Amino acid sequence: MVNAAIAVENLVKKFEDVTAVNNVSFQIEKGEIFGLLGPNGAGKTTAVNILCGLLKPTSGYATINGYDVQKEGEKIKKLIGVCPQENAVYPYLTGIENVELFGDLYALGTEDLIKRSSVLLEKLGLSNDARRKVEKYSGGMKRRLSLVMALIHDPQIVFLDEPTVGMDPQSRRAIWDFMKDLKKEGKTVFLTTHYMEEAEVLCDQVGIIDQGRLIILDTPENLVLKNSVENLEEVFIKLTGRKIREEI
Amino acid sequence: MILQRVKALTKKEVKKTVRDPAVLFMIFLFPVVFVLTFGASFGGLGGSQPVYAVGVVNLDEAVPPSWASVFLETLSNTTILHVQLYVNNQTAQSDLSQGNIQAVIIIPSTFSQSLTSYHTAPNDPSDWINATVSLYLDKGSVVATQALPPIIQNVLDTFVDQNHNTVPTPIRMQIASLIEVKQLSAFEFMAPGMFTFASIFLIMMVAQSFTQDRENGMLKRIRVTPTTSTEFMASQIVSYMLIALIQAVLVFAAVHLIGFKPQVSVPAYFTAFAFVLIFSLSNVGFGLITATVSKTSSAATGISFLFVLPQLFLGTFVGSSLSPVTQLACKFVPSYYVTDALMSLFLRGATITTPTILLDLFAVSSSCLLILAFGIVLYAKYFKL
Repeated sequence: MVNAAIAVENLVKKFEDVTAVNNVSFQIEKGEIFGLLGPNGAGKTTAVNILCGLLKPTSGYATINGYDVQKEGEKIKKLIGVCPQENAVYPYLTGIENVELFGDLYALGTEDLIKRSSVLLEKLGLSNDARRKVEKYSGGMKRRLSLVMALIHDPQIVFLDEPTVGMDPQSRRAIWDFMKDLKKEGKTVFLTTHYMEEAEVLCDQVGIIDQGRLIILDTPENLVLKNSVENLEEVFIKLTGRKIREEI
Repeated sequence: MILQRVKALTKKEVKKTVRDPAVLFMIFLFPVVFVLTFGASFGGLGGSQPVYAVGVVNLDEAVPPSWASVFLETLSNTTILHVQLYVNNQTAQSDLSQGNIQAVIIIPSTFSQSLTSYHTAPNDPSDWINATVSLYLDKGSVVATQALPPIIQNVLDTFVDQNHNTVPTPIRMQIASLIEVKQLSAFEFMAPGMFTFASIFLIMMVAQSFTQDRENGMLKRIRVTPTTSTEFMASQIVSYMLIALIQAVLVFAAVHLIGFKPQVSVPAYFTAFAFVLIFSLSNVGFGLITATVSKTSSAATGISFLFVLPQLFLGTFVGSSLSPVTQLACKFVPSYYVTDALMSLFLRGATITTPTILLDLFAVSSSCLLILAFGIVLYAKYFKL
């Protein structure tokens, strides 16, 4: 557990009478892409918020690179990059200004900031629009910009909360390629999604969460194999008796 | 505290203010447009001096030439007042009620006697005979209720005591003010309050900014960076102080254009701007309190008026015609002390060392810091910074 990038033990989060995360435990190795799958309201974002230090767990224990999320938040903040579910960008700033702002919040040097922002914007196809105000961006462009903002400080561990939701297939593919590159760079990626094909393509390990409970945890291949089904969607149906989502 | 973060967040906040048309209008254009239109309406534009028709009923029992006749002459010599004499209060009140005149001054029967007693023994109040000059105002005229009491009070003060000593005199007026400048337009009396007026709307901007950033997930996003709450709050305070300063400069330019050109020293201007900057702290505080209780930015807009309106009506240029009870209530809003200080600096020629200014400075600083601290604590309790 000490060498794990992320380790979670018996994590519980209750909001009054609702248990959003119910006794969840898992471990993610360094350099791994971990997918937390589940329908809307399953508890995925709550789990991410606890790991990022935005929420205190009701009980249980979680570490990031061995640091306790409740006690060593300041150390963890320097290690992680978080791309939230919503398009959290400043619409009145340009793309580059948003990126530079977050670079400054991580206290990057000017040279590093220029170099890194230029590489990331290029990789995510935003170079030509970097000097336009974000309010003029499409939804997909905002998602990609949000990703650049999360990665500007070159974090070791990246939390991506539904990074491709609402994206057109082409943009989604571009994000998938980008995530594969992150893995090649040795980064640990914690991905939440309700797109089963996304998890199948990208993840080394998948956890399926429903109503706050982690109902299964394995590699995508093993999940399909052990349940004698065709894909992860069918795994979910078999385990819960429901579809993970309505039509995309 | 890493200054790079504070600077980046401050830059962001200022860019937001400049680039968002709604914010830009509310913070900068609205006060300037207001000053210009208000100034034009209240005699500040075009250089012509307004003239107010004032009725005087002289009940003084002394035989002319008396103190009362000299007072009448002083009133008549004031170019801002057009004095009409009435033989009795009834006729004067009739003209007042018909809007023919804007005020009635009643010189009491003991007026000359009182002044004689005062000049015989100026340092011995026990020998004085007190007298009260009554002032009736046309309550339907904003101009009359705003501008006339201080003008007439000023004429009376000057008449009774040429040296404007702070010692009391036996002559009282029922509506009192202490403005010492002669021949001012209504606009000039109100100009100091305009600075306060403009700054008050920062409350709405701060509340909207915090709720919007909360709604679109930006506050949460900033919280997962190493930015500390101290750095974040420092950036907000610096941003809004900077915005308040720009705002004050623009309002000053607008009132100057209209004709408000106080003959005061440079340190007086610096002191005035310092007051506006300190005042902006309370606006950040009130903005945070509003943001705490508002679920959405549109709710914040509405709720912010709970703080904007009392500050506006009790602490700016509209406060001079309020009832005694309301005037007491004015003492509980920071804007009152800012306007009072600016009035003293610009119209009374006060300096930073004048006791009134020091008292106002103490009241503004302590109240603004308290409100800011309360706002930060309240916001941090419900929404982590």
